[in-house]
Amino acid sequence: MSNFFKNSDIDASQAEAIVTETLKNCDDGELYLENHKSESIVLDDNKIKSSTYNSDQGYGFRAVTGEVVAYSHSNDISKESLIKSSDNLKDTLKSKKGTYHHEIPKTNSKYYENINPIENKTFNSKIDLLNNVNNYLRSKGSIVNQVTANFLGEHKSVEIIRSDNQVLKDDRPLVRFNVSVVLEKGGKKETGVYGVGGRQTYDDYLKDGSWKNICDEAFRIANVNLDSRPAPAGEMKVVLGPGWPAILIHEAIGHGLEGDFNRKKTSAFHNLMGQQVASEGVTIVDDGTLHQRRGSLTIDDEGTPTENTVLIENGILKNYMQDRLNARLMGTKSTGSGRRESYKHVVLPRMRNTMMLSGKYSQDEMISSVDKGIFAVSFGGGQVDITSGKFVFNCTEAYEITNGKIGSPIKGATLIGDGPSILKEVSLVGNDMKLDPGIGTCGKAGQGVPVGVAQPSILINKMTVGGTKL
Amino acid sequence: MIKEQDFLKDIASYCIENSKKLGATDVGVKVIHSVSENVSFRNKKLDESNRSDSFAINLTTYIDKKKSSINSSDLSKSNLEKLIERCIDATKITPIDENNSLPDKDLMSKKIEDLKLYDETHYSNDKKIEFLEQVEDAASLDDKIVNTESGFTENKNNFVLANSNGFQNGYKTSNFSSSCVAVSRINGTMERDYEFGSKRFLNQMLKPDEIGKIAATKAINKLGPKKIDSEKIGIIFDKRISKGILSTLASAVSASAISRGTSFLKDKIDNEIFPSSINIIDDPKIQKGLGSQNFDSEGVENNSLKLVENGILKNYLIDTYYGKKLNLKSNGRSGGTTNLYFENGNLSFKELLNLEKKFLYITETIGHGGNIITGDYSVGASGFMVENGELTYPVSEITIAGNFKEMFKNLILANDLEMKYSTNAPTLLINEMTVAGK
Repeated sequence: MSNFFKNSDIDASQAEAIVTETLKNCDDGELYLENHKSESIVLDDNKIKSSTYNSDQGYGFRAVTGEVVAYSHSNDISKESLIKSSDNLKDTLKSKKGTYHHEIPKTNSKYYENINPIENKTFNSKIDLLNNVNNYLRSKGSIVNQVTANFLGEHKSVEIIRSDNQVLKDDRPLVRFNVSVVLEKGGKKETGVYGVGGRQTYDDYLKDGSWKNICDEAFRIANVNLDSRPAPAGEMKVVLGPGWPAILIHEAIGHGLEGDFNRKKTSAFHNLMGQQVASEGVTIVDDGTLHQRRGSLTIDDEGTPTENTVLIENGILKNYMQDRLNARLMGTKSTGSGRRESYKHVVLPRMRNTMMLSGKYSQDEMISSVDKGIFAVSFGGGQVDITSGKFVFNCTEAYEITNGKIGSPIKGATLIGDGPSILKEVSLVGNDMKLDPGIGTCGKAGQGVPVGVAQPSILINKMTVGGTKL
Repeated sequence: MIKEQDFLKDIASYCIENSKKLGATDVGVKVIHSVSENVSFRNKKLDESNRSDSFAINLTTYIDKKKSSINSSDLSKSNLEKLIERCIDATKITPIDENNSLPDKDLMSKKIEDLKLYDETHYSNDKKIEFLEQVEDAASLDDKIVNTESGFTENKNNFVLANSNGFQNGYKTSNFSSSCVAVSRINGTMERDYEFGSKRFLNQMLKPDEIGKIAATKAINKLGPKKIDSEKIGIIFDKRISKGILSTLASAVSASAISRGTSFLKDKIDNEIFPSSINIIDDPKIQKGLGSQNFDSEGVENNSLKLVENGILKNYLIDTYYGKKLNLKSNGRSGGTTNLYFENGNLSFKELLNLEKKFLYITETIGHGGNIITGDYSVGASGFMVENGELTYPVSEITIAGNFKEMFKNLILANDLEMKYSTNAPTLLINEMTVAGK
């Protein structure tokens, strides 16, 4: 039974009839219904700075014919509103004629439980934990200048009504817990940030004092940075640690392999299918099926079950990530990568959990092979220009490497590279693949969606490090 | 159709009354309705149409010095009733914070002046399509352009802000914006550039063929970039990105960053942080301004503010909460800056380019490499080499780095300020920064 029409003047079968009628001359489309509850509780500067609960519900009605997408969304799930949207879609596509593509695969798999993390932990126990985090970090001494910690939790129910009464449903929990600490020593201030999350309850990540590990890690990063020196400037060898540094893969390769940019031929990768784009030891996948991971989905936002999509296999470009629209126009199948931030947004092909798989080298071998370079362990965000292929990411914890030895920590710096050529510069792939801690949000066309990344340690022969020291 | 004030006021009053009934001592609420229509084109053909009709309600309840908030898009009374109850329950068990309160009554905005922020003109989708056809025709004239994407968005908003001290006000605003992204190609490599404009009134917009032509010209000029050697060099920031320096300043002088001690400008009030010729103003009362407002997001009256006068930091951006922490009165900057700008410098653009034999002219930066705590700055960049006052060749895959404290002190402005965004700066030169390339 659908909950979306409970307080509406329209019932599910009437809504289904409007969908079928609206889409009868279209290639594709659906009515996407979403109910989204979320909370944010923030401790900052020794106080509970804010506690906010959000409740949002609405629909996005989409009709697609050829390359043209007509979209209309509203908070108001009523007969009048849906009919108005339907008229709007039909008006946009009035001169087009399509044939509805009914096929959508079924799945019995589930990659997370239907739990509501917000209700699963009491408000008081969340406040207590935030206070414990503050006290624990501040007990580490007077160098602790500022502590911020926050809970972000959500539960999203989606229902996708396609033509001829096909209905697909998913319930998605998501949590994130973050700690940020500012240390001050000798007039110098530095920040350390760490967080965890995924599609489980808060306590799955915080129980048995494991919240202390999150605090310790944030403290450690800030403490390392207190001793940091100016970063070098210029091209050099770069060793990336395992796990979260895989946002390099996300920026350099991932976005360029999304179906829309390749259909439109605006990606630097659009004419490289089947070609060598990476060193031989490099295999990269985008996997929506990992249990309880931040980027995982049972079905995507068009109703297609997700899968593990091989993007690059032993250096050869194998697949793009596709939603239904781009797959149809490129003569292939959706990879279950059609995602949207909310009912207010159109579907785009997006990443889920993007991972470089393990090779055979140890991190020690990589570091000892470098005469002059840097070792990057922890990152902030990144960005890419899809068309030119140039991408950047910001180090938040990095060290100099001199004559095969790790030296002093260096200040945060931006690293810049060229997507289509960077993976050819990967000379060693480590045996230590690690998933990120579950904190990534990817932005594209103004839409943020939760994603994951993973990689082993890698050695890159040549990359430009954007420090200040020549 | 956009809802009228009375409709939004009814809901605001309902929320305040019900919150008080359930035990709130103070209440603040904002009710917003927005309707947006967007049409986009790709390669001279219709690509997407998008209509959005949405409500939002933000409610904060206080019980003495305890506070909690809810947001929702469902304005039905049955939903609001449940959410208010939830909000009050959370407020009761949230710890006390002495600085939580509504703004002082005497600071509240008393009158609404007509800042000309609303144009009721409706531009039909057929008109938008005509507009975009002209944009794309102009963008596709050169055969080096291989892809064009453009869009036209019309936005209408109405809101009411109210609190339990009797404040209740709001007004309509509109926005018309258009953009064009062009992709150019030569010898198998591609570059992308864009033009974007947003205005309160339809008749203020750039002509469609200008938008297309600018995007195409910029994309073509970027073709065949070189990576340059790492060096120290003077950097000129194009107007599209020079405003970023002001956004950094705004974050660093927000009362929140100052009171938390997490700003590189902490303790710098009344100190010289820019050359003595520099003045920086935040003015909410500019007619048709993109950042203009009658009052801030708490209803506090705001007026033109000199953040920096003759190079000296004169003011922070203060809201009620962090103002109390700093023992300062709100200056109506809850929600941040309004129309923020540098006053023009003395040099023309040409004169600036000729100050030295060689500069790097940056038109685009990527990445988020600014650190407000330390002032360290490092971002990816692309642009042009300037030799003897002329742009000689495009440059890409480099980074520029420095520290804001020194960058601010070594800044020279041109006199070509334009009010194109809500934050605006003329072309500016920073005397020496580190470029990392080869």
